[in-house]
Amino acid sequence: MILPSMTKNGAILTLFALLTTGAVAIIHELTADSIAEQERKQLSTQLQEVLDPSFYDNVLYNDCALINEPLLAKTPQIVYRARKNGEPVALVMRHITPKGYSGDIELLTAVFANGDIAGVRVTKHEETPGLGDKIEIKKSPWITVFNDKTVLGEDDERWAVKKDGGSFDQFTGATITPRAVVGSVKHAVLFSQTQFDAVFNASNACKVGES
Amino acid sequence: MSQLKELFNEGMWKNNPALVQLLGLCPLLAVTSTVTNAMGLGLATLMVLVGSNVTISAVRNWVPKDIRIPVFVMIIAAFVTIIQLLMNAYTFGLYQSLGIFIPLIVTNCAIIGRAEAFASKNPVHLSAFDGLMMGAGFMVVLLVLGAMREVIGQGTLFDGADLLLGPWAAVLRIEIFSFDNQFLLAILPPGAFLGLGLLIAAKNVIDAQIKAKQVAPPEAEKGPRARVTSLT
Repeated sequence: MILPSMTKNGAILTLFALLTTGAVAIIHELTADSIAEQERKQLSTQLQEVLDPSFYDNVLYNDCALINEPLLAKTPQIVYRARKNGEPVALVMRHITPKGYSGDIELLTAVFANGDIAGVRVTKHEETPGLGDKIEIKKSPWITVFNDKTVLGEDDERWAVKKDGGSFDQFTGATITPRAVVGSVKHAVLFSQTQFDAVFNASNACKVGES
Repeated sequence: MSQLKELFNEGMWKNNPALVQLLGLCPLLAVTSTVTNAMGLGLATLMVLVGSNVTISAVRNWVPKDIRIPVFVMIIAAFVTIIQLLMNAYTFGLYQSLGIFIPLIVTNCAIIGRAEAFASKNPVHLSAFDGLMMGAGFMVVLLVLGAMREVIGQGTLFDGADLLLGPWAAVLRIEIFSFDNQFLLAILPPGAFLGLGLLIAAKNVIDAQIKAKQVAPPEAEKGPRARVTSLT
């Protein structure tokens, strides 16, 4: 008695499952290129903001290394390598700090071969609007204080917010956010200073043709 | 014709998904910090609602009662994924600022609610119109709430409209007044709750006034009462 209706309903469900996933698959196929293009565009705008394109002549997103450094991020991160006439110029690192006021803060930092910072930008965060979100370039120029600065060793006392005896301004009502950013940028610069050559010698993880 | 008018009334006012049914509040409260975000999510929800209503209405005679819910869920999930992919491809900036709330449209009970309550019992053209009106009703509330919160919180209107509508829309941005510090209450989720509460209250006040006006005249017109109880 129940078997015929079971098979019939099963067949109808299967049919709808095939149709709906089929529709999604087709749209996915049609939009995949344009989504990848958008992501590349966004990446290259972000890269341009931290490192002026006049400093290098290679295509950044096609030249990178994978690094695994727990102080920068829990997961392996891509480091882009900027070269001019084949010579190493700067590293652009993505690093994530979990010490934000509400969740992770994602940053992009570019460091020159001599250890000076080229630029820092926050690419993703969930800090309080109006208080902690001043780390965004759209809301406040604060993030540009890092430009041209450098770190002198692990215990450089200037690399802290003023409240902790350092040289960076905190925001009224928000100390945790800038403290997290300053700490994370310091680690990124230290990493770049110690591992600069090693990263440039590593194999290319972003070769053209791979996505 | 009167049926369409009735559907218009239902969606926009009498049975408004956000103000009366109170469905889909999670995205409603979360993304209405600016008019642009509100419009983006409103449009996405509207498209999903029309699409799912039309499809469900078109297949309603082939789907047995017992398995209608899983079929509806599949159709709605497919539409949400498609809209998400399209937004990712063509309105990237907005896609990023709406983030998780686009896939969450799938959990908006207003959509499966309309599928079950209306589209599964009515012909395609009526279902399409119902989806359009319900979606528009939802979007109007989103827009009003977004405008309230954006003006009070940031002193602007249409901030970031270029993310949704293309570069030309940057001129739409209106700076009404500017403060040194944003008014946090309006931007954070509690402000959305307060705003929505005020909107619902306003709707109830208007309804009460309409009712008072409608009820009053018939009482005045009451003529002498005819005696109907018969004596036995």
